Amino acid sequence: MNLRITLSTAARILRQLRHDRRTVGLLVVVPAALLTLLYFMYDEAGGTFDRIALVMLGIFPFVIMFLVTSIAMLRERTTGTLERLLTTPLGKLDLLFGYGLAFGLAAAVQAGVAVAAAYWVLGLETVGTFGLVVLIAVVDAVLGVALGLFCSAFARTEFQAVQFLPVVVIPQLLLCGLFVPRAQMAGWLQATADVLPLSYAVEALAQVGAHPDATATMWRDLTVVAGAAIVALVLAAATLRRRTP
Amino acid sequence: MSSAIEVDSLVVERGRRRVLHGINCTVAAGSVTGLLGPSGSGKTTLIRAIVGVQVVKSGTVTVLGEAAGAPALRRAVGYVTQAPSVYADLSVRENARYFASLYGLGAADADRAIADVGLADAAGQLVGNLSGGQRSRASLGCAMIGAPRLLVLDEPTVGQDPVLRADLWAKFHALAAAGTTLLVSSHVMDEAGRCDRLLLIREGRLIGDDSPAAIRAAAGTEDLEEAFLRLIRDSEQVTA
Repeated sequence: MNLRITLSTAARILRQLRHDRRTVGLLVVVPAALLTLLYFMYDEAGGTFDRIALVMLGIFPFVIMFLVTSIAMLRERTTGTLERLLTTPLGKLDLLFGYGLAFGLAAAVQAGVAVAAAYWVLGLETVGTFGLVVLIAVVDAVLGVALGLFCSAFARTEFQAVQFLPVVVIPQLLLCGLFVPRAQMAGWLQATADVLPLSYAVEALAQVGAHPDATATMWRDLTVVAGAAIVALVLAAATLRRRTP
Repeated sequence: MSSAIEVDSLVVERGRRRVLHGINCTVAAGSVTGLLGPSGSGKTTLIRAIVGVQVVKSGTVTVLGEAAGAPALRRAVGYVTQAPSVYADLSVRENARYFASLYGLGAADADRAIADVGLADAAGQLVGNLSGGQRSRASLGCAMIGAPRLLVLDEPTVGQDPVLRADLWAKFHALAAAGTTLLVSSHVMDEAGRCDRLLLIREGRLIGDDSPAAIRAAAGTEDLEEAFLRLIRDSEQVTA
């Protein structure tokens, strides 16, 4: 790995994003717009909005960044830029951490806007501070990026790449504790949920919702999510071949 | 003259099909070597093996004294794929600066490469908005950054107008005169005469390896296209 190459790769990816104004617009606006939708859905339901919106602040960046990254990496593959990059001094981890860094920064902006809208426009209330919510959302987005990079290795076409969303993302969404608390699930489902990283992100957000200060559980959960992201990036590097058939 | 590339009994299979059937050839350092053959003959596969991105079945490829694809070669070999492999959603300058940064080089080196391929006026434009010919020159420019000792170019002159094509060939020869080795693939026979040496490949086999003058003399014709046709007929008689 080479820090200079990693940083310049991240800068290159952000420049590509900057030229694509519509994507930037969608990235920034969509989560806040969806939260607004939730606000009106749960208008009459007391504290439900607070619980659901808080979880969604972690789930949106995860899902969106997963999708954006798997397509971005697939484009590197199909346009030949990946093949060319792998003949240069760039290391595989330079490329993957470059993606993680660039989309992590994009996610920070996205989470900042979504959290601001949730707290100050939609009246979201949590016992803990909004800064921790942004932090968890960003780590969650990096997890989405890492899984997206890893999954794109198994996709030859865009059609295949988008199919990984129902395979990799939706099961985590169903089991993360949003619909049914993990403790109320059947044992084998609970065991499955316990090895899925998104469950820990959701638990960390719930901790912020219920406690004034960052708890030990929250830090442990955040470490699990960050660790899962690193593992996925290293696995993605292992599946990235300089030589192809 | 020492050789920059040595290919020994190279066999490549893609899927169940054998694409290269035991290729042997060398490319002299500081020369412009043309790799010619019809489309589907194995040119791109041979090029991919030389830059070290192709899984090979057997045989060896040695580039500048190292096994093809060795980490030390990543600074020494510039590679232009057939489809322009630059970022369509970045400007020419942003592309060049990114590729320069991979070699630890700065904006001046990037700008020089852009000027070398005649794109100085289009430097601020998005690659996606350029014509096909400009796009492949942008790709070529990015490969020339960092003055690689070996430039491997897969059909770099496709879609270029005649004047630019002549400019590019003059550039290739200037680079060779300064010590760079160039391997240029093409399926256009009128470019063959511009090379110092020619490798003719057909159906995964090398059927000609000589200077243009020697190929003309051996075939008994001044027309290289006709000379190649005769070489192909001869090779078919041998295998028949």
